Amino acid sequence: MNGNGFVCQSGEAVDTDFSGFSVPLEHSFEVDDVPRFSLRGVLQFRGGREHGVYLAQNQLSEKDRNTLKDVAAVDGLYRIRVPRVSLQADRQTERQAEGYLTTFVRACSLVESHLSDVITLHTDVSGCVVGVSIVTIPGSCRGIEVEDEVDLEVFNTTISVVAPVTAPVPETAPYIERMEQEMEKKGKNPQEQKSFFAKYWYLILGGAVFLMATSSAQTPPGGAREQS
Amino acid sequence: MAWLVVRLAISMSLLYAASAVFEDQVGKFDWRQQFIGKVRFALFDTHSQASKKLLVATEQNVFASLNSRTGDLFWRHVDKTGPEGHIDALLMYGQDAVVVVGNGRLLRSWETTVGGLKWETVLDTGSFQAAALVGVQDLVKYAAVLKKSAISLHDLSSGSEIWVENLPDSDSVQYQTIYSGGNGLVFVLGVVPNSHIVIVEYKIEDGEIMNKKSVEAAWMSSLESSCAVVSSGILLCVDQITQSLYTLPLQSAEQTEMRQIHLQTLDLEVVSGFRPVLTSTQPNPAQPPLSEFFLQLSPDHHILLQFKDGLIAPLRDFNPSYLAAFATSGERTVAAVMSPKNDTACSINLFSADTGRRHLDTTIIYHMDPNGGKPNRLYVHAFLKKDDSVGYRVMVQTEDLTLTFLQQPGRVVWMREEALADVVTMEMVDLPFTGTQAELEGEFGKKAAIQDGLLPMVLKRLSSQFILLQAWLAHLWKLFYDARKPRSSVKNEVTIDILSRDEFNLQKMMLMVTASGKLFGIDSKSGTILWKQYLENIQPNSVFKLIVQRTTAHFPHPPQCTLLIKNKDTGLGSLYVFNPIFGKKSQISVPALPRPVLQTLLLPVIDQDYAKVLLLIDDQYKVTAFPSTKNVLQQLQDTASSIFFYLVDSSQGKLSGFRLRKDLSTELIWEVVIPTEVQKIVAVKGKRANEHVHSQGRVMGDRSVLYKYLNPNLLAVITESTDAHPERSFVGIILIDGVTGRIVHEAVQRKARGPVHFVHSENWVVYVYWNSKFRRNEFSVLELFEGAELYNTTVFSSLDRPHPPQVLQQSYIFPAPINTLEATLTEKGITSRHLLVGLPSGNILSLPKLFLDPRRPEVVSEQSREENLIPYAPEMPIREEWFINYNQTVSRIRGIYTAPSGLESTCLVVAYGLDIYQSRVFPSKQFDVLKDDYDYILISSVLFGLFFATMISKRLAEVKLLNRAWR
Repeated sequence: MNGNGFVCQSGEAVDTDFSGFSVPLEHSFEVDDVPRFSLRGVLQFRGGREHGVYLAQNQLSEKDRNTLKDVAAVDGLYRIRVPRVSLQADRQTERQAEGYLTTFVRACSLVESHLSDVITLHTDVSGCVVGVSIVTIPGSCRGIEVEDEVDLEVFNTTISVVAPVTAPVPETAPYIERMEQEMEKKGKNPQEQKSFFAKYWYLILGGAVFLMATSSAQTPPGGAREQS
Repeated sequence: MAWLVVRLAISMSLLYAASAVFEDQVGKFDWRQQFIGKVRFALFDTHSQASKKLLVATEQNVFASLNSRTGDLFWRHVDKTGPEGHIDALLMYGQDAVVVVGNGRLLRSWETTVGGLKWETVLDTGSFQAAALVGVQDLVKYAAVLKKSAISLHDLSSGSEIWVENLPDSDSVQYQTIYSGGNGLVFVLGVVPNSHIVIVEYKIEDGEIMNKKSVEAAWMSSLESSCAVVSSGILLCVDQITQSLYTLPLQSAEQTEMRQIHLQTLDLEVVSGFRPVLTSTQPNPAQPPLSEFFLQLSPDHHILLQFKDGLIAPLRDFNPSYLAAFATSGERTVAAVMSPKNDTACSINLFSADTGRRHLDTTIIYHMDPNGGKPNRLYVHAFLKKDDSVGYRVMVQTEDLTLTFLQQPGRVVWMREEALADVVTMEMVDLPFTGTQAELEGEFGKKAAIQDGLLPMVLKRLSSQFILLQAWLAHLWKLFYDARKPRSSVKNEVTIDILSRDEFNLQKMMLMVTASGKLFGIDSKSGTILWKQYLENIQPNSVFKLIVQRTTAHFPHPPQCTLLIKNKDTGLGSLYVFNPIFGKKSQISVPALPRPVLQTLLLPVIDQDYAKVLLLIDDQYKVTAFPSTKNVLQQLQDTASSIFFYLVDSSQGKLSGFRLRKDLSTELIWEVVIPTEVQKIVAVKGKRANEHVHSQGRVMGDRSVLYKYLNPNLLAVITESTDAHPERSFVGIILIDGVTGRIVHEAVQRKARGPVHFVHSENWVVYVYWNSKFRRNEFSVLELFEGAELYNTTVFSSLDRPHPPQVLQQSYIFPAPINTLEATLTEKGITSRHLLVGLPSGNILSLPKLFLDPRRPEVVSEQSREENLIPYAPEMPIREEWFINYNQTVSRIRGIYTAPSGLESTCLVVAYGLDIYQSRVFPSKQFDVLKDDYDYILISSVLFGLFFATMISKRLAEVKLLNRAWR
């Protein structure tokens, strides 16, 4: 139920209260796979920082439950659609966008997930809904039998509105800051407190290796003889 | 200390990524071909007899000098694209060439030997009409440029403006041509359509108007094509409606009306519907033109006429004749005429211009390419031979933009395929096996194996092995034979017959589709054109899509490619099916496409002949399958419910998804609408189908794995805002699942605008945009990860991925504008990826993907160092050694194509634009190839030495043991 906090005042059709508006959420599941949409619930957009959208939805009737199970049996689709609306207040009058945004999920996965789905409404920068998506959790179809009475009555829906994220720009300021800090650090102790060995360890090591190499070359190879 | 570490890390990573071409590798596995485009003007340097220069100016705004003996470029100047660099006129006098550029914006003079600019003058505004050289007393000293409302005269040696004069009544009169006969006057001719002609005389010294008159000519609409000046200043016009020629002396004061000569009196007639064309010649601008001229009466009928004492007399009738042109050498002017000889050849003959008599032994036979177009331009280079007779060479330009240079008696001196200056799309196809390899393949491949018994199989096997042995011996013999010959005499000629796949599949066939509708098959190793095919009747605004339906892997079935040609306006398409190796048109029946095609889809489903099935979706969402055999239709029915496709309608901002039904109709399953008032969709890209991802995840510093979100159905949609204000403009990037229509990620790059170039591959999208706030180009990279656990480890299904991926993004400054972007591709995807960036300078930058990694840390930690991550730096480096094409720049680079080779380390790269460049890149160096300087002798001698040493010492040890035992 986490919205991105849209200040929405009105939208397409049914104004319910002063600070929000609502649009219908419709669904369709038919054995012959020809979409016939019917009302599933009402999406209520509210102003305020959080909880930008609520979904009030009906229970599935006995008939619907059976149809849904039949559709799932033939691997049909469960479709939903929402009207194209703008969540921006001032655009409401000028944009009565016609048409719907549709999406689907496999009916069997909806059944097997016991009607628990996640619906996401995506908006563009101007607050207009551009796309809707639905997934069920879990999303797989394993062919598990479902007790219809309890599990297929009530939708367990998580709904959210997602606005586009602002893509990052090249971060020059922190980089320069970091560089400056390093420069400062260097500036504070120009001669780092290093010991003699820390500074010239490689020279010493090199010299030692060189000495060893020259001394070992002088000694005659005698150790190997004992073993043979 | 931390700074040191940072620098060390950077330098280490650079060390890892640095790769440049060594001097001795230049040209070893790369080549470049330079082109000029469709020729607009071509002039031979007739200044001296030995000159080999041929100056050309082309539609692609290229001004170049060609070596007329070899066809190579001496030099080339590539101007701006579009009308700004358009070459309006090319004039040549002596060593200098004068060029008018950009609709009369600039006047330039070039030194033609080395191609240096002598001077450049900015002209006054006004649309360009004509330009001419002006001579005084047998010396050419000036160039006159006629604009819509003014005429200016420029000095040829310095470019300085002598004078500029406004033209009288330039609002009503269309001034179109300019003429000077060397008598101190410049004539400007204008026309008021269907009313009268205006002739204005200017004095050369100061631009004073000496005379101005208008002559009644109610039939005339345009001067340019229907009029010419012949003889000593006689304006000659032709009109097809009245079927007449009209003459008018420009300078005479008494004749105020054009004299009409009916073509009938000359026994001539213009073919109805054809606009007759007059061609005259003025060999020396300081002298009046010749009195002879060509009149073209129909597409294949020319006549040479002479104007003498106010009368017109035919000299010679050329019927039939395709093309005719004048040429001058010294004092002698000749006319060359091309006439059809038979169906496949034309003959070109030389005639003396003043009499119309044919020169003996001057026939050039021009063989027309059966796969090419018709000749449409003829350029003649005439020269005087030692015995004072006139010799000549010709350059023929055909409809398919082939330039052929011929000399007597028909020898093709060189040929240039200028259609390749405008490559639209390309593919690379594996070469087939050799005959013997194919033989071996065939043994196992066919059903025959089941039918045959055991014994025939053994015999077959033996015989094929014997054939292989034979081939190997022949190969050895050839090697031995070649080795004895000096290196230079061994010719590396590539022909289609000996073409076969090499050991590592590094040599491939490049299929190139050009805008003119000509297809090419080019050997990728040498750049030799192996076949070409001109498709006639291609509309100039067609779009092409090249699809490889069957590769060479299915012997004995020939490989098969399909080209979809679509008219941009009507959307109607047609299919052209051909064999990519030989270029032959396939005999397969092609489905008719009566409705506009919206989308094509190449399925992994194959028919019984191993051709992949191509689905074409028309504007009524009906699907046509190609091939559409029973087998294919059956397979489609079985898999219909899992075949999804998407359509993009950018005019309405609509993206929609469809699913195939069993009866090949479709159903709409999802819809996403991006309002066009705010932003418009500029590009949609999926991933390349032949891409392999080797690694499922990335190992992190703490040894855990971050799994990649590898959705093969993911689409990257790029939008641009309609608001162009730099503060409010933005670029949007939306990642949509092409099956479910689910928006996986949506991001907005604010204060940015296009053009956007982007690459979508593996689990990342890289895009380049223009930051309008800081006025710079920026790179941004998006990477998608599933997280520490995979949802389903075995398969990926778009229908069953409920959790959205984690998206990481980072941006960088790129200190150069870019033309095109592509990613390297290798056989198995093990090699690290590089991005190939085509820069406007013509260089191709191979940028390691390592630098475009959103996980580059701000602050270096132990873990990030473990992971080999480069610390974040906002600016992307450009290093000269990353330019894969060193100094072989590709002018106006438009596209880069990458293809995997048989070697995992190697990726083949073709860049095309005005030029074509082919090379190989090794993003992770050649880890699977031994170095060139690998010391085989040392290694093998050490091996053998050690082997023998062990044998001997073993023997010695045994003897010693035995001796000790006896002791």
